[in-house]
Amino acid sequence: MTGIYIHIPFCKRKCPYCDFYSFKADESKKDSYLKAVLLCLDKWKEKISDDIDTVYFGGGTPSVFGGERIAQVISFIKESFVLTEDAEITVECNPSSVSEKFFLEIRNAGVNRISMGMQSAVDKERLTLGRLSDCNQVRQAVAAAKEAGIDNISLDIMLGVPYQTMESLDESIDFLLSFDIPHISAYMLKIEEGTPFDKMEDILVLPDEDAVSEMYLHTSRCLSSAGYNHYEVSNFAKDGKESRHNTRYWLGQDYIGIGPSAHSYLHGERFYYDRDFNGFIEGNEPVFDGFGGDKDEYVMLRLRLAEGLDFKEYEKKYNEKIDEEVIEKMKKYQKAGLLHIDDKGVRLTPEGFLLSNAIIGEFIR
Amino acid sequence: MAIKKENIRNFSIIAHIDHGKSTLADRLLEITDSVAKRDMSAQILDDMDLEKERGITIKAHAVKLDYKAKDGETYELNLIDTPGHVDFNYEVSRSLAACEGAILIIDASQGIEAQTLANTYLALDHDLELVPVINKIDLPAAEPDRVAAEVEEIIGLDCSNAPRVSAKTGENVAEVLERIVADVPAPSDAVDNAPLKALIFDSVYDNYKGVIVYVRVMQGTLKAGETMKMMATGAEFNVVEVGYMRATGLEPCNELSAGEVGYITASIKTVRDAKVGDTVTKLQNPSSEPLPGYRKVNPMVYCGVYPADGADYEALRDALEKLQLNDAALSYEPETSGALGFGFRCGFLGLLHLEIIQERLEREYNLDLVTTVPSVIYKIHMNDGSVLEIDNPTHYPDPAHINFCEEPITNAHIYAPADYVGAIMDLCQDRRGIFKDMKYITTDRVDIHYELPLNEIIYDFFDALKSRTRGYASFDYEIFEYRRSTLQKVDVLLNGDIIDALSFIIHSEKAQSRARKIAEKLKVHIPRQMFEIPIQVAIGSKVIARETVKAMRKDVLAKCYGGDITRKKKLLEKQKEGNKRMRQFGSVEVPQEAFMAVLKLDDDN
Repeated sequence: MTGIYIHIPFCKRKCPYCDFYSFKADESKKDSYLKAVLLCLDKWKEKISDDIDTVYFGGGTPSVFGGERIAQVISFIKESFVLTEDAEITVECNPSSVSEKFFLEIRNAGVNRISMGMQSAVDKERLTLGRLSDCNQVRQAVAAAKEAGIDNISLDIMLGVPYQTMESLDESIDFLLSFDIPHISAYMLKIEEGTPFDKMEDILVLPDEDAVSEMYLHTSRCLSSAGYNHYEVSNFAKDGKESRHNTRYWLGQDYIGIGPSAHSYLHGERFYYDRDFNGFIEGNEPVFDGFGGDKDEYVMLRLRLAEGLDFKEYEKKYNEKIDEEVIEKMKKYQKAGLLHIDDKGVRLTPEGFLLSNAIIGEFIR
Repeated sequence: MAIKKENIRNFSIIAHIDHGKSTLADRLLEITDSVAKRDMSAQILDDMDLEKERGITIKAHAVKLDYKAKDGETYELNLIDTPGHVDFNYEVSRSLAACEGAILIIDASQGIEAQTLANTYLALDHDLELVPVINKIDLPAAEPDRVAAEVEEIIGLDCSNAPRVSAKTGENVAEVLERIVADVPAPSDAVDNAPLKALIFDSVYDNYKGVIVYVRVMQGTLKAGETMKMMATGAEFNVVEVGYMRATGLEPCNELSAGEVGYITASIKTVRDAKVGDTVTKLQNPSSEPLPGYRKVNPMVYCGVYPADGADYEALRDALEKLQLNDAALSYEPETSGALGFGFRCGFLGLLHLEIIQERLEREYNLDLVTTVPSVIYKIHMNDGSVLEIDNPTHYPDPAHINFCEEPITNAHIYAPADYVGAIMDLCQDRRGIFKDMKYITTDRVDIHYELPLNEIIYDFFDALKSRTRGYASFDYEIFEYRRSTLQKVDVLLNGDIIDALSFIIHSEKAQSRARKIAEKLKVHIPRQMFEIPIQVAIGSKVIARETVKAMRKDVLAKCYGGDITRKKKLLEKQKEGNKRMRQFGSVEVPQEAFMAVLKLDDDN
């Protein structure tokens, strides 16, 4: 099986914390982009014999691309590849750029999952994050998606954003839980280089390391007790509702990424298209980015997942055991409540997720 | 070809740092056509990078100039450049002993400073004829009249004929040469037909020639092929070459004769065999007595020097060996530290010497170093009557067996504008100084005399003095005695383990406040780790300061999707590299910066 990621590099406006490749575009740009995406998919047709079982439209803001164009991409995929019957097809949306019509269009094209960037239920926080819509728009967007028949909905929130407190976080969590949606992502804000937030870092009043850590653990506890599994560092899902497409990344399965800045992992090789819109329109070839799937990468990705690192699978794959010294270190971390370790493998706790870089670091020393 | 003895002038230049010694020397070289103008990079005499950067002379240098004076005679002028810092007092004294006169440069805007005075007195001790020169008259703030009056008043030197020059622009510099010819006496007792006595005032190691010995021939002659003998060490060598130092390089000659300054090469392997201050004589017809003043140079300050990466141990040893070829005052011996692994205990003349060696190791040999807190030599009198000399806190004995301790005390002179007297006295008081007296050098400049323990000086004193006087104070010290003192050894513990490299010996009154500062500094500089790290500073088992580095809470990449994987892998690899720069102590990792920070505890923060 293979997954397809389609990058939509368009946004109404740029959010100040975001470093994804996107910009504002007019209709003709969108049209030429659609052409380029279809051409690009056509090139891949020959090289991929596997069935496609996940498609993901990310961005940017795919909803800005319009339901009709999304529908055209999906039908092209259906023509060119073998798209499985139960394929998961996700579209990322911004609550301020969707309508009932949009949801209907994409629903009819086969989209069965929506991921929406809500970020916060507190308008003051949303505003600093560059989100112009208020909470009501989020409520309306979720209702419209459900109305159109798309129940598999994920909402994002952000932790550690300016002005956020434990109390305001509770407001956001309560708001999230009121929808009874199957999937939630909770991301700790990272100030990315070159973003407006990066330049404002001195004046931004951000919760400190300890406060953000508390927010993260609190979120994990609240969502867990509401029936969500904390299945990945930043992702929560009801049983069976984990994002199948994103899980590919963590399990080291194949995917191709279409569009400027999109990455692929196919048959052991990693490559990507440059962050260059015109280059992509002109049909530039992807750039080789090394071989994937080595043991360091494997450990790094597996430990992001609650199911963790399975010793047997590791030994089978790499023909060696995990170093005894590392196991001893892990046992110390277990005492500190960062993980569980037994004969089967290592699984990080939420406290351990928070320190996952350091823990993974022990393995790749 | 041999020049008349009465036309030889041997002189050195005395100046405070920055008063323009090297610039003046450069002008003298130009005027005497010793070096073509196009070959002049700024300041030819200071040829080590470090010297150029710091504007100080570390090694002595010498150069022979031919000068046709106004009287029509040609003179052989030998300029012997001396180190300008108190750490190298002995070297200065040997250079001065090779001269009959000295140019005393005084900055026309700043007047007399600590080192000017210290070296002036040294020069007077050697009965040198002083030629005052007032420099930097091109500066807007220049007050040559005031400064001339200051010199007359303080040193008692007649300045009515003192050339007023700008070494920078070259104005009046020729006048300096005339004064040298007129005022500096020719060598006296320069008899060729006598047993050889030549004073070694410096020696440098050269990869091709071996050690090049710089000498002033007092009496007798020496030529290639003869066998020479070092009177202090007894070593004998067959002379390969003799000659003169020219601005452009070495110039071999037939014979060095009495009164002259020149060099000798003799396939000597190490500068230890050609010690500064030793007397060179000949195996045939030796001198019965050496020249006076030879002294064995002993290190005053010690510290541990460790490679940041243990794999560099061999490289560090090789580098020290090479530096020692050229620096008889540097001592080193292997030591091991539980915290830092394999390294060397190094001895230095003083703090500047320490810093210079450290910088040369890092720059010229590309080594990344961790150094421990510098220590002086303490004399520990034990109950059984024995006396231990301790320069390493690790060797400090069990206090139960100590009868009493002694520490080195210096006579320290600080010269500064009178405005800063209060600040300086506060500082000296804080450093356990005993006030001796204060003299007004002029109406607004003072010489403050304190007795200061050496271990207070080696600990950041220069920086504190500079910051409290905005750089206007200068400072000079000399050890004069060992004095009874109440000392304590203080240990630093991380996570319960003593970090031996951070232990230090300190006066009991200062232990508490130093301990608190160290604990605070370490807390700031040790990054949060997976576990909480208690920092304790203790005397024996008694903890006198404590802090805690909280456990790290968050080190995670929140998003890791298709495009993040390669980037994240690189990030983790970088993190792995970063960890290599940390020192592992038990379960605690300490970055090098933490060591550095503990060495530089500024008084004011």
